[in-house]
Amino acid sequence: MNSTILSFEDVTFTYMPEDESVRPAVENLSFSIQDGEWIAIVGHNGSGKSTIAKLMNGLLFPQQGTVRAMGQTMSEESLWDIRSQMGMVFQNPDNQFVGATVQDDVAFALENNGVPHEEMVKRVKESLHQVKMEEYVDHEPHHLSGGQKQRVAIAGALALKPRLLILDEATSMLDPQGRVEVIETIRELREATGLTVISITHDLEEAALADRILVMNAGHKHGEGTPDSVFLEGNELTKLGLDLPFAMRMTHLLREAGLPLTREHMTEDELVDELWTFYSDK
Amino acid sequence: MMEKMIFGRFIPGDSLVHRLDPRAKILFVFLFIAIVFVANNAITYGLLIGFTLLVVFMSRIRLYFLVNGLKPVMILVIFTFLLHILFTREGAVLLDLGFMSIYEEGLRQGIFIAIRFLVLVFITSILTLTTSPISITDGIEVLLGPFKRLKLPVHELALMMSISLRFIPTLMDETGKILKAQMARGSDIGSGPVKERIKAVVPLLIPLFVSAFKRAEDLATAMEVRGYRGGSGRTRYRQLNWRFKDTASLLVLVALAGTLWYFRS
Repeated sequence: MNSTILSFEDVTFTYMPEDESVRPAVENLSFSIQDGEWIAIVGHNGSGKSTIAKLMNGLLFPQQGTVRAMGQTMSEESLWDIRSQMGMVFQNPDNQFVGATVQDDVAFALENNGVPHEEMVKRVKESLHQVKMEEYVDHEPHHLSGGQKQRVAIAGALALKPRLLILDEATSMLDPQGRVEVIETIRELREATGLTVISITHDLEEAALADRILVMNAGHKHGEGTPDSVFLEGNELTKLGLDLPFAMRMTHLLREAGLPLTREHMTEDELVDELWTFYSDK
Repeated sequence: MMEKMIFGRFIPGDSLVHRLDPRAKILFVFLFIAIVFVANNAITYGLLIGFTLLVVFMSRIRLYFLVNGLKPVMILVIFTFLLHILFTREGAVLLDLGFMSIYEEGLRQGIFIAIRFLVLVFITSILTLTTSPISITDGIEVLLGPFKRLKLPVHELALMMSISLRFIPTLMDETGKILKAQMARGSDIGSGPVKERIKAVVPLLIPLFVSAFKRAEDLATAMEVRGYRGGSGRTRYRQLNWRFKDTASLLVLVALAGTLWYFRS
């Protein structure tokens, strides 16, 4: 179970190899991700997190170090095999919708990988069921909301039965409702299938749901740990340009105002629970 | 105005015509275009009109809707009709206005050409109204299949077509947004001399182009990540089924051609 599914070993990548004065987008980065984990990679704009996403699926190759995925070293030869085992959802819901209707889009990756027709029909149905979009099989993308389009994109990735799902800022262009839809979908998927998820995000509320958080800053790994331990250094994160979840900021402010709250709260519910039971404790 | 236009629009439905295989429908239209030229007298043109009305009736698309939507084409029809009336000088004179006269043959030719035009426009509109653009693309891809041997990139052409169709509404939305954004900044597209109006379109087009290129790049990345490697080794999700009714529809057309041939003068 606890095998490494993806690892970066001392990876350095720069978009301008000929210009020494330009700082590499990612520098000497090492980390590894275990099968079944939910990892959040957080960082401000320009911290190198999008570059990491592109390195993970072989859209870019590092100048130094190696990227290993599914037990293979990323190279021109292993690229397509690795890609067929990972799904990826991007930021803009419109720009990744290839098919004319929902079912065509979900089938796109299957068609590319030469899956036979009967199997395709079955898998399209299954994956749309997993993201609760089965009523929308024949809908065209412009009749769907952003959150629905992202769920279709997730279904498209799931159809290939990947071992790893990468969400590259997948919720950042959505309205709050769409964001909740997508995050809920991911949570349910994880519960049902134990899929490994990497979410690259600058939204710490989304990151708070992960098992482990990797904080990126200026191309370097700034820190790594469980959400609780990462959020403990609250002010440090604010300095890196990341917004703490609302409940955490509220907890900090209430503490400063003299309320002896017992612990850090990551969700609004937890905070509200402590607040309304606060005085009855005495 | 845009709502009334029916060129390239698809009206979902469940009529016999809707359910035909797109390949059959495309072949049908091309054969029909050839057959129309067989007609050359009142009986044969009458048969063509009757046949067209029958197809319209079977597609369950309201004739009124069709006529209303094809109004822009009517101008063209009337124009060709007038041209024939004014410039054909054969047969007996029907009407002498002094500076010009209308000849029998001119009137005949004018009416026939107008009918030919209308019948063609009706049938092709029925094709696009009853077939979803994606099915038409599928149909074209399969029909052009044999040309792959001649190194014609059939799969790529079909994919290009379906992606363009898919992005039309997206880019229309985008145009609307940019238009509003520029109007909020005081740009005036609707009035002024033509030169000014053309100039005012530039700030609309440039953001649209920039965003279209951005989208294209994102889409290419998304396609690559999802394993797109060109046409070879791909399977198809959409399957076309050629049934008996598809063969029958083409046979009906052959019968029509035979009848027209028999009655033509």
